[in-house]
Amino acid sequence: MAMQIADSVSLSVSDAKARAAAARDNLRTEPRAVRIVIIALAVTFLTVFVVLPLVVVFAHAFSKGILAYLAALAEPEALAAIRLTLLVAAISVGLNLVFGLVAAWAIAKFDFPGKTFLITLIDLPFSVSPVISGLVFVLLFGAQGYFGGWLRDHDIQILFAVPGIALATTFVTFPFVARALIPLMQEQGTQEEEAAISLGASGLQTFFRVTLPNIKWGVLYGVLLCNARAMGEFGAVSVVSGHIRGETNTMPLLVEILYNEYHFVAAFAIASLLAMLALITLIAKTVLERHLDEGYAGDH
Amino acid sequence: MTIEVRNLVKTFGSFKALDGVDLKVDSGELVALLGPSGSGKTTLLRIVAGLDWPDAGEVLINGEDALAQGARERHVGFVFQHYALFRHMTVFENVAFGLRVQPRVVRKDEAAIRARVKELLDLVQLDWLSDRYPSQLSGGQRQRIALARALAIEPRILLLDEPFGALDAKVRKELRKWLRSLHHEINVTSIFVTHDQEEALEVANRVVVMDKGRIEQIGSPDDVYESPASAFVHGFIGESIELPVRVEGGVIRLGGRPLALAADGLAPGASRLFVRRHDMLVGPPGSGAFEGIVHHVRNFGPVQRAEVALSDGKTIEIDAPRDKELRAGDTIGLEPRRYRIFAG
Repeated sequence: MAMQIADSVSLSVSDAKARAAAARDNLRTEPRAVRIVIIALAVTFLTVFVVLPLVVVFAHAFSKGILAYLAALAEPEALAAIRLTLLVAAISVGLNLVFGLVAAWAIAKFDFPGKTFLITLIDLPFSVSPVISGLVFVLLFGAQGYFGGWLRDHDIQILFAVPGIALATTFVTFPFVARALIPLMQEQGTQEEEAAISLGASGLQTFFRVTLPNIKWGVLYGVLLCNARAMGEFGAVSVVSGHIRGETNTMPLLVEILYNEYHFVAAFAIASLLAMLALITLIAKTVLERHLDEGYAGDH
Repeated sequence: MTIEVRNLVKTFGSFKALDGVDLKVDSGELVALLGPSGSGKTTLLRIVAGLDWPDAGEVLINGEDALAQGARERHVGFVFQHYALFRHMTVFENVAFGLRVQPRVVRKDEAAIRARVKELLDLVQLDWLSDRYPSQLSGGQRQRIALARALAIEPRILLLDEPFGALDAKVRKELRKWLRSLHHEINVTSIFVTHDQEEALEVANRVVVMDKGRIEQIGSPDDVYESPASAFVHGFIGESIELPVRVEGGVIRLGGRPLALAADGLAPGASRLFVRRHDMLVGPPGSGAFEGIVHHVRNFGPVQRAEVALSDGKTIEIDAPRDKELRAGDTIGLEPRRYRIFAG
């Protein structure tokens, strides 16, 4: 008897819960037909503009079989482009890691006049067309540029060589690390650093034991996006590179050249490497974002 | 260890956070800096710790010039309102931090560090949490860990910035008692900042009341409660009735009507009369210095609180014993058992 009562009570409770949930759903969501149309639109759009191009890249790359694909990647020109791209990415990510950390540190932990201006300046590379970014370096270091004469006299090659490409790439990718770190460091404040110093830690100990561990996921996130952009940068690099085959062609530049010369398999083979980089970046980004949220949530 | 500050001045832009502060704390004391927000109490604490620098003045710790040293060299334990525990370290590593960052020559070996951390975690009664992360602890637990971490370096002095400010009322009360007994046990010269008068009066040996960057009064908890030195202190500590009066020719007047209160030694002019709520004694009409009509009465534990409209129109709240018969509509006489008058 008691069992029965208990049963009917729990039944009516779950009934009520289901009804409440249904009522909530009705309040919250659009009619079924509208939902289907919206979702279908989104899926179609994504398929046409994102998934299809990606499939096409790989389809063309493998259109003459896997051997042709591998042969295209083993070409000296292709290998040189891959090496150059990795080198340039390593330089610009390295530089921007240091710049970004310093800039974010200064902005998040100190107050100084011109701070807002500095934040705006950091975003400049995002708002300027990459071609202009490249052109700036031509105007500075080109034969007719400000430092052109001096550079020629001292036999230093910046344009149409690795230094120019690295500079242009560094400029274009500058905001990524700083942008990832500024809000994170602002949110975390300076109290943990103050605690560390009052406990007797030196500046370096405070940085490596307290600050850096707190922002490590943010740093990785910034580096990841910075790297993806550095490897994929076309416009700025195209202006300063000079397109010397086997020497100053990065992967994106080589893709264009090969395509214009009707080497479709080779062009798409290189493109497929860049596409894979994008996919890996995407996955890593998702993982990092999860860790980053924990950093924001903090313990306060 | 003694702490002494002399004529400390600190401004933030146009805001005067400290306006000439002098304070001396004796060895082993537990002093409360009490004041409303913006009174400069936290700024004073941070300057003593070396986390802020004054525009002018001196800070002496144990007679030595502390301003010549950075926060790192001062050997001061600092406890933050929001704990500031290292979020990526376990409780154990948080407490061990101060020991691990010491220069190699004086650093303890791993076994000694472990023993010391264990000892401190025992002291704050949280040794069972040593492998947890700060985010897994309650507020009260975090603050006890923060205290253990500050004590790990065997600080010369201990500074606590609103240590219980972020905790709920019940935990606060427990931690207050606990802090007092802990101080009794380790007896390190301590200053703590609070805006909670009850906390200051209950925990501290001596209370420093601050307002607008100045010290209003320094005294024992009894002193500041029983004989407030200024109108601000009287109004800030304990519940007070405040009435605007005028002193003229040896007579105190409230709204023109003379009060039957002694005015000996009072400067003439506009003044304020302060009476503690429980110091207003209720009598029959015409019996005291004031007369009024009871508006309503509510019971608060051992007392009843009555809202009384005085005959000159001002409404005050008084606390009377529960056995006194008070009903809304009654006309009563009121006689202040004790009162203070401050000019201005």
